[in-house]
Amino acid sequence: MAAGTSAWQLIITGDPTLYAIVFLSLKVSLTAVLIAGLFGLPLGALIAFTSFPGRGALVVLINAFMGLPPVVVGLCVYLALSRSGPLGAMGLLFTPTAMIIAQAILITPIIAALARQTIEDLWSEYRNEMLAMGVSRLRCLTALLYDARVSLFTALLAGFGRAAAEVGAVMIVGGNIEGFTRTMTTAIALETSKGDMAMAMGLGLMLIAIVIAINASTWILSSITKSRMG
Amino acid sequence: MMKTLVACALSALMLTTAAAQERFITVASTTSTQDSGLFSHLLPLFKAKTGIEVKVIAQGTGQALDTGRRGDADVLFVHAKPQEEEFVAQGFGIERFDVMYNDFVLIGPASDPAGIKGGKDIAAALTKIQSQGAAFVSRGDKSGTHAAELALWKEAGVDLAAKRGPWYREIGQGMGAALNTAKAMEAYVLADRGTWISFKNKEGLSVAIEGDRRLFNQYGVIMVNPAKHSWVKTEPGKAFMDYLLSAEGQSAIASYKIEGQQLFFPNAKR
Repeated sequence: MAAGTSAWQLIITGDPTLYAIVFLSLKVSLTAVLIAGLFGLPLGALIAFTSFPGRGALVVLINAFMGLPPVVVGLCVYLALSRSGPLGAMGLLFTPTAMIIAQAILITPIIAALARQTIEDLWSEYRNEMLAMGVSRLRCLTALLYDARVSLFTALLAGFGRAAAEVGAVMIVGGNIEGFTRTMTTAIALETSKGDMAMAMGLGLMLIAIVIAINASTWILSSITKSRMG
Repeated sequence: MMKTLVACALSALMLTTAAAQERFITVASTTSTQDSGLFSHLLPLFKAKTGIEVKVIAQGTGQALDTGRRGDADVLFVHAKPQEEEFVAQGFGIERFDVMYNDFVLIGPASDPAGIKGGKDIAAALTKIQSQGAAFVSRGDKSGTHAAELALWKEAGVDLAAKRGPWYREIGQGMGAALNTAKAMEAYVLADRGTWISFKNKEGLSVAIEGDRRLFNQYGVIMVNPAKHSWVKTEPGKAFMDYLLSAEGQSAIASYKIEGQQLFFPNAKR
């Protein structure tokens, strides 16, 4: 980004560097949500639907991991992916893939914990009726998942919000490389350290606007589905 | 079930790695070379000449050396000569070359609470800051500037371990963050001139001490030793180092100016 220009000028003139940063941020965080959803939703449903020794401890652990510090997750992924680490041969450190891995780890507990709570609440509400009617467990699960779809989607959104907002993990594992691993949040940190507060603030407002836009569009989508389903 | 999930996750990951197959090297460098804009000036010129892309990770010198030690970078471009020489002596780097220099400046609040402004003697100024208990912000991050600051305290005969108090504020962050903090706390701070000139949040801060020969700041470049880490990209890495040390690269460094001021002065020896 050229010096001496304001964030608004960059937005209006369609500065390619800025849009590449926005695109990378969305790509990384949305991919992380996709992966975290693939693991977190089934995990949440499984815990909600089963009982086993140590279940309580697992629930507490997953709930607690909703607050995993991004910088700690970043450090763990860094040590694992570093050339001197166990997965070093893959050469993934300082790539967008490393950032996706870190964010996916960060938000899987959030999605799993929220999904578990939602499904468990519904299950305790309908359990007796459903079992009395002789509905199979599998059929129960699919019915509950369908019923809870809006709440589960909100769990995914919560995960996305966390991923898009964090800077600690992507900074460590991505390295904030210009044009390659620089995201909205790491760019904001960089502009702040350059003392360019106007640019940092402009990028910050843009990030917030993007997150609001994504939440608004999913809210509209879910209202449409709800009204269609009656 | 789990297998499918893992397969899905991996294929999603592959999509993002496939794009990264072009020729590139990873350079671990300091915040000063990035924050000052030098790389934004230099790297497009190098890429146009060789087609090699340079991915820069801006860290403090201590962290950059550690990145090299772990084998996570191909070339290091840093500024703490004793630590760099130790890095090479330990076999982590092949050879170290001088590239360019600039100098450190002592930045302070415009009100100059320690009354040191305009002096030429950095040691005397630091002694005065300590004896008057004027606020001082230290990088505290094992960066090249932090190492230089500690050496200057030693030079001034101030035993930090004994004299450390609320006046000495170690923040553990980069150069820009340290300048922002010094501004907010009306404190003194040691900065490299490159970052200072390009820093945009200067209001209320000014240069207190400059021009002491002990404020010399040498930058060097080192190739990570492929004998330690076989994946080091020696051929494009050497091309980058050769460019920096060539007449062409040296004049490109000299031509980088902000508001007419030259930020770095090339001094390669070959």
